[in-house]
Order: sequence, then C-alpha cells, then structure tokens
Amino acid sequence: MLDVEKIRADFPILSVEAYPGVPLVYLDSAASSQKPEVVLAAMDAYYRQINANVHRGIHRLSEDATNAYEAARLKIARFINAPDESQIIYVRNATEGFNLVAYSWGRQNIQAGDEILLTEMEHHANLVPWQMLAEEKGAVVRYIPFLADGTLDLSRLDGLLTERTKLFSFTAVSNVFGTINPVRQLVDAGHAVGAVVMVDAAQAVPHTAVDVQAWDCDFMTFSGHKMCGPTGIGILYGKRRLLESMPPFMGGGDMIRRVTLEGSTWNDLPWKFEAGTPSIAEGIGLGTAVDYLAGIGMDNIHAHEQFITHYALEALSEIKGITLYGPPASQRAGVATFTIQGIHPHDISEVVDKDGIAIRAGHHCAMPLHLRLNVSATARASFYLHTTTQEIDKLVASLNRTRKLFRL
Amino acid sequence: MDIYREQIIDLHEHPLNFGELETADFCHEDDNPLCGDIIRIAINLDDSGRVYQVGWTGSGCAISQAAASLLTETIKGMSLTDIQTFPPERLLDLIGVPLSQARRKCALLPLKVLQAGVSGAVSTDE
Ligand SMILES: Cc1ncc(COP(=O)(O)O)c(C=O)c1O
Repeated sequence: MLDVEKIRADFPILSVEAYPGVPLVYLDSAASSQKPEVVLAAMDAYYRQINANVHRGIHRLSEDATNAYEAARLKIARFINAPDESQIIYVRNATEGFNLVAYSWGRQNIQAGDEILLTEMEHHANLVPWQMLAEEKGAVVRYIPFLADGTLDLSRLDGLLTERTKLFSFTAVSNVFGTINPVRQLVDAGHAVGAVVMVDAAQAVPHTAVDVQAWDCDFMTFSGHKMCGPTGIGILYGKRRLLESMPPFMGGGDMIRRVTLEGSTWNDLPWKFEAGTPSIAEGIGLGTAVDYLAGIGMDNIHAHEQFITHYALEALSEIKGITLYGPPASQRAGVATFTIQGIHPHDISEVVDKDGIAIRAGHHCAMPLHLRLNVSATARASFYLHTTTQEIDKLVASLNRTRKLFRL
Repeated sequence: MDIYREQIIDLHEHPLNFGELETADFCHEDDNPLCGDIIRIAINLDDSGRVYQVGWTGSGCAISQAAASLLTETIKGMSLTDIQTFPPERLLDLIGVPLSQARRKCALLPLKVLQAGVSGAVSTDE
C-alpha cells in the first residue's frame, strides 16, 4: 500500500486552497497531472545552474545541459524498457508523436486504397492525424467499435484487419472509459496481417508499468504532463528499423549531419527527428518525474488506483440518476466517467468546483465515442497516486448536493 | 454557488417560450460543439415586422437554457434591426450572475443562433 499522506506532501499544489477556506480536491489527473516538488526543483536547478543550449557548445554549461538532457532520455528508455535510448524521440506531447508518424512514416508508406485501422474509443490525437493522412492519400480509415461496457468488440478484429491494413493504431487505456485494452493481443493481430502497429500510451505510462518490448509495438507515444512531468515534453518510441527508414519530420538545426547549399544529410537517431532547440528543462523534468514514479513503483501506483477506482465506482453508483460508463473497476484505469439524469455535465462540474473539486466535463477530446454513446457530454473524475477515499466521499457528497440544488 | 441562483434553476425547470412553432417566418439552429449545447429558435413577425411569437428548442447546460428563455422573452416586440444590434452584454445582464469565460460561450449561444437566423432571413429578403 502507498503512504498516501506522505505522497500528498510531495505535491505543493495539493496544499493550495481552491477557494479561501476550501481545500483543493484534484480529480482531473487524466487531463493533466500535478507535479511533485522534485520535478519543479530539477527544472528550477537547470535554469539556475546549467542553463545553455544542448549539443552545440563546448563550454561547461552546454556540456552539463547536454548531459542532463541526455541522461533523462536514458532514464525514460529504461522506464518503458526500450532496447536503446536512441529509440526515444523527444516530442512536445503525444499529439506530436502521432503527427510525426503520420507525416514521416505515413506519407512514405500509405497509398490510395490502403486501410488504417483505429478504434471508436480514440482520443482526437489518434484520429485526426490519420484522417488527414487518409484524405491526402486516398486511403480508408476503419474503426473497431466498442461494446456497451466500454470494451472493444474484439469479435470484429478479424473482419477489420486485412492485408490492406497498413497501419493499426489504438489506445492502451481509454481516457473516457478507463478500459485497459489487451495491447499484446492487438499488436499480434496487427502484425499477423503485416500492419505497422502504434499504441497510444498517454493514459498507460502514467499509471502502469509499460514494457514496449513485451508489447512488441512498432510505435508508441505518451505525454510528460500526465505523468508528474511538465507540459511541452512527450515521447515517441519506435522500432529502430522503422525509425531509420523514415525521413525527418521537421528540418533545421540539430537534425542534420552536414548541410551544403545543395542539400543536407541527416543526423543519427534520435536527433534526426529533433529539429531546433528542444524543451531542455522539460526533458530534464520528465527524467526526474520518471525517477519519482519508479521510486514509488508503478505496480504500487496501479494497485492504489485500483483500490480507489473500486471504491469510487461503488460510491458513485449509489447516487440517484447516475449513469456510469465503462467496464468494472478490475478492467480499468483510474477513471470514472458519468452523467446524472437532468443535469448537464457542465453544470455538475461548475457546482462541484465551488466545493473545491476539479473534475472534467465535456467530450474529453473523444467526440466519436460520445456520439456512439448518444450523449453530447459526460463528467469525468480521474485518480492518481495521491487520490484518497476522503476525496471520493467529498465528490459524492457534492454530487448529491448538486442534485438537490437542481431540485432532483 | 451564486451562478445557480433561484431564477436560473426555475428557468431550468420551467423554460419560457420552449417548444416548436407550427409555422415560422424563419428559424435557425446551431450548436456549441465543445460542450454539445444545441439551440434552435423559430420566430413569427407581425405586419410591422416585429416579433410576436417565438419558440425555442434544444438541450444543454442550465446557463444556455436560461439564456434562451430570457432572450426569447426579451425580444418580443422587437424589430429585426433591434435583434441584429442586441448587445451581448445585455443578455449577460439579464442572466445576472458572474460567468467565467468558458460559460459566457454557453450564455451567448442563443443570441448567436438568433442573430445568425435574422441575418439569414434579411439576406434572403433582399
Ligand atoms: C488517450 C489519450 N491520447 C492522447 C492524448 C493527447 O495528449 P496531449 O494533449 O498531451 O498530446 C490524451 C490527452 O488527453 C489522451 O488521454
């Protein structure tokens, strides 16, 4: 079990009041997580003590900055069990990870009539770049539907994966249902028809131990800001053979080996994909976040979230008029998405906010999923290593007050 | 909790001018895809070109719903020019509760729908 009180003390923002006299109850980690003191301190120390551009200077600061930035890459590689840190490409966020693959690999490999297979539970980040690519190339996008319990309809897999499927991309964990998808099984199914398989790990890496070699995926991406790290930094992992065959995404400094007026040659991995001055402090911050999470233990974090999720789903289900979406707690990550009959999710979120409770309301960047559910919006509470059962109790009490306010 | 003052909740329970009109001189519908609020407003004009009948339908949060009730009540008797120049601040005043930037969009959706409908009606007349 985690010592949650001790963990809470690591996060300065958790002692900030939402409103005067009203403590903050932060139940929106799936949108963006809070940052522990160690991450803030690491970024601050970079700016105060070693701030300089990376890979360019031969002075002391630039060496130190480069070393810290590259050391973070190695930590991140180990955290997801990548074979080599050269397969860890720094991007801004998961969204950029998808766009990089869609532009660089996609433009080279997708042709008219090819198929791209996604699922109906994807975040827009794993929908829009492929739709744009398909539009440009005359390719076709297909989707695996989900069942009433928010799990993928795997019986459709065989029919939807064909030799025309060139790319299969899906989320490891749904940001709305919390569903934990059977990644390895899906990767194998994709490979069986010769497809390249990409995994959206934005909601997985922050909450569970991830091993890209055990997954055997070809590409995988996630964002630093959802895993105790800063905004502006994310990771794209790729298999070496693929990364080497791909043209650069953006051109500029750092990504070249040699430039002449006639043309240029590309740098080695991973820098081939890292044009321009990168997010140095953020890379270092993410490396520290990884140390922090690894120190606590991803299995401990997952077990705590399981405990909280069980507790929350049970407590929430007592509320009159509530509909909960997604599978049973044992099959999901720390997310509870719901609607309450007669109250719009925006109104729910606004009322509970006055009790200091931050939840998300809207479509959570998954409009097709909501269209399938036939609701325009839902409310979502999401949990992390610092979430307590008292916070869940406060949410439930506040939701009951919301119902009263709306005379239900 | 002042944004949900009694009047907003009253209007949520008992909206004003809610419902379709049998026939309408014009009607218009739009949504706020961000939150899924959707509003449709239909209007009938009298001989002097003033609003004498108005009905709205749609779904959304309490703020956009209250705004639709208050707006449709206020425009009765107005000319199309009055509607086109109806200032957003006036609707916010009618709602009378402090709104965050995000919720202002909810509050102003009915006015956006109404003014787009009027512009459409005016341009097809010309
Ligand atoms: C499942 C999933 N994929 C992708 C993203 C996109 O992350 P970002 O906005 O950091 O690029 C998110 C974030 O909301 C997500 O939950």
